[in-house]
Amino acid sequence: MKKPHPRFSQGITSLMASLLSVAIGLLVGLALLYVLNASHALTGFGKILTTGLATSEKLAKVLYQASPLMLCGLSVAFAFKTGLFNIGATGQYTMGAFCALSAAIALQLPWYVALLFAMVGGAILGAIPGICKALFNVNEVITSIMFNWITMYAVNLSINNMPMMLTNYWAKSSIKDRTAPLLDANPAAVLPKGGLDTLMNSNYINIGIFIAVIAAVIIWLVLQKTVFGYELKACGYNRHASQYAGINAKRNIILSMVIAGALSGLGGGVYYLSGTGQYTLIKALLGMGFNGIPVALLASSNPIGVILSSLFVSYIQVGGDALQPHFIKENIDIIIAAIIYLSAFALLMKGWIAKLFLRNSLENANAEIALETRLEAGNENAAVKKGEQA
Amino acid sequence: MIFADILSATVLFAVPLLLVALGGMFSERSGIVNIALEGIMIVGALCSCLYLRYTDDAGFGANAPQLHMLIAILIAGASGILFSMLLAFASIKLKADQTIGGTALNMLAPALAVVVTWAAQGQAQTTILIPKWIRMTQESLGMAQGTDFLSRLLFKSLYLTAPVAFLLLIAATVFLYKTKTGLRLRACGEHPQAADSVGINVYRMRYLGVAISGFLGGIGGLAFTVAAGSGFQSTVAGYGFLALAVMIFGNWKPLNILGASLFFALFKIIGSYAGSIPFLPQFDTVKSAEYIYLMLPYIVTMIVLILTSKKSRAPKAEGIPYDKSSR
Repeated sequence: MKKPHPRFSQGITSLMASLLSVAIGLLVGLALLYVLNASHALTGFGKILTTGLATSEKLAKVLYQASPLMLCGLSVAFAFKTGLFNIGATGQYTMGAFCALSAAIALQLPWYVALLFAMVGGAILGAIPGICKALFNVNEVITSIMFNWITMYAVNLSINNMPMMLTNYWAKSSIKDRTAPLLDANPAAVLPKGGLDTLMNSNYINIGIFIAVIAAVIIWLVLQKTVFGYELKACGYNRHASQYAGINAKRNIILSMVIAGALSGLGGGVYYLSGTGQYTLIKALLGMGFNGIPVALLASSNPIGVILSSLFVSYIQVGGDALQPHFIKENIDIIIAAIIYLSAFALLMKGWIAKLFLRNSLENANAEIALETRLEAGNENAAVKKGEQA
Repeated sequence: MIFADILSATVLFAVPLLLVALGGMFSERSGIVNIALEGIMIVGALCSCLYLRYTDDAGFGANAPQLHMLIAILIAGASGILFSMLLAFASIKLKADQTIGGTALNMLAPALAVVVTWAAQGQAQTTILIPKWIRMTQESLGMAQGTDFLSRLLFKSLYLTAPVAFLLLIAATVFLYKTKTGLRLRACGEHPQAADSVGINVYRMRYLGVAISGFLGGIGGLAFTVAAGSGFQSTVAGYGFLALAVMIFGNWKPLNILGASLFFALFKIIGSYAGSIPFLPQFDTVKSAEYIYLMLPYIVTMIVLILTSKKSRAPKAEGIPYDKSSR
């Protein structure tokens, strides 16, 4: 009897559950477009689905936006694996952006050192909720939320007090509310394009997407193939049981948040070292870190899944930009929210899918379980009889 | 005089925090982690502001301002309940992960608000302006306009949401501690199996907990919008998350939550008034020193949380979907 590998079939079912959520979510989006503006609904929906691949330039935009999104999604997913909710990705992302830009502009360092700075900055910020959780038992969600705001104000304060960082230091300009364009301040800090810009005819594309994909693969390897990753997952499933088994849960909680922070920080570095974005002094938290949460959830926290889900989210966001003027791009957020809400029903959907597509293997599995139960029952009976005899 | 202003502004901003944190408390006490408070606030604010806008445009709102404000409050609460049922359905009926459902709703609400604002007011309209007549002034209550300390303290920025919040706080405390339902609700958050074994319907109690959080959260959204003062712009600026912090800071108890929200709001207001408070250091050598004070409430809250964490105790069964058949 041919038996599907259990983890394989499980992975397939969660992938199919995610795809089902995506399909239903997109239909919700189509219905929404009909309600808002029926005459343009179909063309609009077509734009959402096709714009990302329409020209190489649009594809470059998809990849450009996907790289920080992928890193933030990885950050959230990695923390989820240890049972922690890293809602602080946006603060770590901001910190990463700030550290990368300080290294690039104020210290005039090349891009790879700046990226390292970004990771360290994000890691330090990630460590704080980890330490508070492990040592003081303060909920990491609250610490992260508090430090999102603290970071935002601290970064604004620092940039305002570092005259070199601002646009008006490098060029005659009255713009004081954003950091200097990297091409003026330090061209060596701009991420290399690797020839992709001429290939895809776009200024946006750079090697950031490769950095993000490599990070995803490394995280997958760590989680699947190392003792450390195993310990992290064990803490995520049951902190007390893992402690009982001799795993240092406190250390793992802190390390998990440090790595999650480093990933978000790297995301901030990758985005702001692309040379196309300038950090603007803002009064609201950046959305990129928060968008890492749906990316991670859609991928069921699987690092390889994060690659796909971030590409998908970025793809329909680029499609959403093309919706204007008949619709506003926030419609895309509604679609993504619907998809995430549906993916919360993963359990239910996995049940359906198992019934629909994997009936055979499921029956096999059931037969096996039944057999095992019978065997166990038999053993128990034997034991009982033994006891009676004794 | 500045102290009257500071105190009055503190109360103004403490009201949304208090209401929403109380809402979160009911949900968590019943066993459901309600991270969707931010989204619930936005939906409550959206619906009630649309109503206020409509009464003003139609011209009859200003005739009976407080009556329409009261209706707006009820609309905010009702829409909050409806929206929170999305979370309740997913996390109680379908036993879904509560964080995922909450995150989805937090994403949905602001996007929905932007889309509805456009649909209701036409393109490029991102703000729903709220009418001026909702403020309770001394004239509107039939009193003489005073300029003394007390009238400045009470009437500088008084909206119907403040007395309503005060009444709701009392009602919440009584309900949670003095009624049978309140006791049952708390039991479901601590040990649902035990509650079930004595005949309490855990699912119904959890629906109730989430519905109350939706009601209070929705009103909190309106309270935030009137406090922010510049109309509804599809955001509540992270107050839903701050309310979660206030709830934990208040140790899941109504009166502690009142203290925590006043404390947080006070530091927040000190931050924005820092330039005009004489005895505070002004950091003249640092550019944009206002950021130092803006960070203050968050830092102080962190310190207090770390210091009091030993005593902090969350409801034991929160976040775990209740399954009748599991042991």
